[in-house]
Amino acid sequence: MSDRIEVLKTYKTYVGGNFPRTESGRYYKVYDKDDNVLANACQCSRKDLRDAVVAAGDAQPGWNDRTAYNRGQILYRIAEMLETRKAQFIEELETIGYSNEEAEEEVNTSIDRLIYYAGWSDKYQQVFGTINPVASSHFNFSMPEPMGIVNIWAPEERPLLGLVSVMAPVIVGGNSCIILASEKYPLSAVSFAEVLNSSDVPGGVVNILTGYRDELLEHMTTHMDVNAFFYTDTTVDEEARKQIDENATLNLKRVIRKPIEDWLADDSQSPYFITDFQEIKTTWHPVGL
Amino acid sequence: MSDDQQTADTIEEKPYKPSSPSSKLNFDGVWEYDDAPQSTEHAEVKEQYDLYIDGEFVAPEKGRYFDSVNPATEETLCSFAEATQQDIDKAVKAARNAFENEWSELEAKERGKYIFRLARLIQERAREFAILESLDGGKPIRESRDVDIPLAAAHFFYYAGWADKLEYAFPGKKAEPLGVAGQIIPWNFPMLMLAWKIAPALATGNTVVLKPAETTSLTALKFAELCRDAGLPDGVVNIVTGAGQTGSTIVNHKGIDKIAFTGSTKVGKIIKESLAGTDKKYTLELGGKGPNIIFEDAPLDQAVEGIINAIFFNQGHVCCAGSRLFVQEGIADKVIQKLRDRMETLIVGDPLDKNTDIGAVNSEQQYNKINEYLELGVNEGADMYQSSCQIPEEGYFCRPTLFTNVAQSNRIVQEEIFGPVLTVQTFRTAEEGIAKANNTPYGLAGGVWTDKGSKIFKVGSKIRNGVVWSNTYNKFDPTSPFGGFKESGEGREGGLHGLYPYVKLR
Amino acid sequence: MKISDFNQTVSIDQVGIEERVARLNSRSIKKESKVQALKLALSMVDLTTLAGMDTPGKVIQLCQKAKEPYAGLPQLPTVAAVCVYPNMVSVAEKALRGTDINIASVATAFPSGMSTLEAKLEETKKVVEDGADEVDMVISRGEFLKGNYSYVYDEIAAVKEACGDAHLKVILETGELQTYENVRKASDIAMHAGADFIKTSTGKVKPAATQPVTLVMLEAIRDYFYDTGRMVGMKPAGGIRKAKQAIQYLVIVKETLGTDWLTPDYFRFGASSLANDLLMQIVKQKTGVYQSADYFSND
Repeated sequence: MSDRIEVLKTYKTYVGGNFPRTESGRYYKVYDKDDNVLANACQCSRKDLRDAVVAAGDAQPGWNDRTAYNRGQILYRIAEMLETRKAQFIEELETIGYSNEEAEEEVNTSIDRLIYYAGWSDKYQQVFGTINPVASSHFNFSMPEPMGIVNIWAPEERPLLGLVSVMAPVIVGGNSCIILASEKYPLSAVSFAEVLNSSDVPGGVVNILTGYRDELLEHMTTHMDVNAFFYTDTTVDEEARKQIDENATLNLKRVIRKPIEDWLADDSQSPYFITDFQEIKTTWHPVGL
Repeated sequence: MSDDQQTADTIEEKPYKPSSPSSKLNFDGVWEYDDAPQSTEHAEVKEQYDLYIDGEFVAPEKGRYFDSVNPATEETLCSFAEATQQDIDKAVKAARNAFENEWSELEAKERGKYIFRLARLIQERAREFAILESLDGGKPIRESRDVDIPLAAAHFFYYAGWADKLEYAFPGKKAEPLGVAGQIIPWNFPMLMLAWKIAPALATGNTVVLKPAETTSLTALKFAELCRDAGLPDGVVNIVTGAGQTGSTIVNHKGIDKIAFTGSTKVGKIIKESLAGTDKKYTLELGGKGPNIIFEDAPLDQAVEGIINAIFFNQGHVCCAGSRLFVQEGIADKVIQKLRDRMETLIVGDPLDKNTDIGAVNSEQQYNKINEYLELGVNEGADMYQSSCQIPEEGYFCRPTLFTNVAQSNRIVQEEIFGPVLTVQTFRTAEEGIAKANNTPYGLAGGVWTDKGSKIFKVGSKIRNGVVWSNTYNKFDPTSPFGGFKESGEGREGGLHGLYPYVKLR
Repeated sequence: MKISDFNQTVSIDQVGIEERVARLNSRSIKKESKVQALKLALSMVDLTTLAGMDTPGKVIQLCQKAKEPYAGLPQLPTVAAVCVYPNMVSVAEKALRGTDINIASVATAFPSGMSTLEAKLEETKKVVEDGADEVDMVISRGEFLKGNYSYVYDEIAAVKEACGDAHLKVILETGELQTYENVRKASDIAMHAGADFIKTSTGKVKPAATQPVTLVMLEAIRDYFYDTGRMVGMKPAGGIRKAKQAIQYLVIVKETLGTDWLTPDYFRFGASSLANDLLMQIVKQKTGVYQSADYFSND
């Protein structure tokens, strides 16, 4: 047994429910805590982004048409799947320097976070929607609706928890997304795609790319079919921040910047993260016979 | 996508003909309404207006003034001060000082009471404000009297009540004011937009520097008088007048914490870009090209009235105007016939006449722009119909206009004209109607007309607009959030949701 | 001509109709246009007495008023018609002989309509024979509300035939029909069955004429006109007492159907006290002095 050769995993991207390699054929090396090469990650190009946006666009209306209850159940299902693969994720985190306890805490918190947002799926509308008592004979109500397609930079640190924490509030509200995984630690993200793929999330709702932020910044923030851009790292420098904002001007992309230091803290989850990716729609109708 | 293409090619717009040769309604002669001018006795217009900064009316530092024209007569009405960098500095400083030393120190319920006072003062002087609004901006007195001014007062009344109840508005969070809000408003609803901006800002504890549009600054300066009469602490509200340069100075001012802008998408993008990389919060209420979708089972006569209100309200100078009409094919001829007859009864003319339905286009610039679009429409091959009404020789007036034989690919269908110009297209199925409605970068507001409840909810949820008027159009209320999807803006004004842009949550 | 399927309902939005009326009411009618409107309204009045206590004496006095509304202004137009119960038709005919004023009679078991078709036709023929120029019939509301539209249609068509040359006004009694959609449907049925006029109310049921109901009926007339080219008249009746209301009605007609309808041939007011208020306002416009009812005959 001991001289069996281990089968190594190829880390690919996750687009439209499939696991393609980057169309560019490029890769970059991912290292473990001891600077040994762990894997070759895809260095995604703008064309991979383009494909992912198409997949996200195809998936979003159907995802939004699901009942809130169903979306909640699917988020819960992701948590279940993650729970069953806990060991794998702990191990992966350990290779990049987490202690066993730290790794377990991150995975546990990730599971709990999914459940937190799963529970919000059919409640945030009640908390953040309103019935408006207009001074005329009309029934009037305001409801949150998803913005559509969201591009996300997953946090650089916390490769699993960070990713889950930025993904869950976006998709629970009916959006689809393209997530650029942590540049330094992309492997958990790719493994997490396998969880997604086995948990009833329709293909295209979550798309995960790996690669360089600098290279993809422009296309992620200028793409005209993307409605919002979301990032949380406090380390993003002034110049990049300005660039993001300026590029977003092109189609009035919503830029949601939520600097978060500690993803384990309770205030790193909130229903307000869901509503950040919602538009309020107000509907009027006459009341009469 | 290929569906749309096909439709555009295969639809054959039939020229208008009444369904029976003898069934032409006649709106001429016999009995015409005499002039019914609104008396302007109680509305005084001074020759020149200064800036309102720190509770005082002060001359601009550079001493420059610009003229404001009554668009119905093309005569100069009065002149306004041009605020430059130094004036804005002064205003921001006053607002900052008032924010730190007065307004944020005040108990919330007392803050609310000031805002209630403003609401009441507007109501007391409502007629005067209505007259000034019509004189300065060209809108019919019927609208300024029945819509703009009462709604402005209602807005203050609504937000006044929020001042001491903010803990109920944001579950699990504590709301804090942002500081000084710089607010830039458009010329289409001067006083109402002022209310939309100032009322929630004050209620949440911010102080403001507001710039009205250069063609319609009069009511904002009258409002400054109300602030003084209400005893509002100095510097809480500052009104600075000027054109684009003044606005840009506000946007880029370092002492301002939040920008609220209502205007064109083009300028909105420039503002968003200028704010790039800063911590200033902003809300943008921008342009639109509202779809108004009429299904064959709609209450047709009310739908026709809704189409009229959607596009001809306020000369069509409405960001949420229903400027793209979509009629289900089976009823298209009938709807167009009714529409044309209804258009014949619209009275275009003196904004101060109580019977005027469509007043003067706000400015020469806008007048020229509308006319360019009319020419463009004709050149694009669309069929233009205008009502036969008389229009005054002086002043900027435009006949209500209908374009048929158009498609989504025409510029008059894509671009915001901001005038009394409607394009009419047909559709066959709900899916097609929705797809065409959404085929625009805008997403502000739209209408859906059908007698079938479930269809309203389905279509309403599929059209990507911040406001859906079903079986009605162009309704506004202070309790009702307003704002756009996509390129029509960011953020909401009105209602509980209108508080968000003016607070930070902890 | 295609007859509508009366089982289909033309959708009407209550809020929309009422908003439209409110907007029309915001028209400001001043100066000469007001005088013109007052005189026009006067010429459209069906001066009416429909009480169980009516007598020849009362009817003769009313006819006198119709002929000479106000002695101080002899050049004023007369009212369009005098409207009476069937047994008063011959009295009115005699009193109005030699004038242009029409005689209208209610018929068909007014106001309830609860009688047999034979009796209704008999009554119709009798009033025409006695000299009625116009017949104001009521529809069978019970049959209408239970969905028996063909009965209502046939009955109107039969009465129309019985009228001969006399004009038929069909009273829908809108206060009993409850919804605008029912009003619309009853209007369509009446017009297709041959009505020359459609009329809101008997005056015996509240609410009688309202402006939104009138607008719904005018829009029905408009659609019928679009389809057929035939002009049908409109008569709101009951509850219209003030000149100001009458002018509002004229505005509604003008802006819905156009000026061709602004004649007694196509628009009437069923009213008794309206005429005097119109007269008072006409005199006020002429003299600039607010008037007292004591100076206007109250027949």
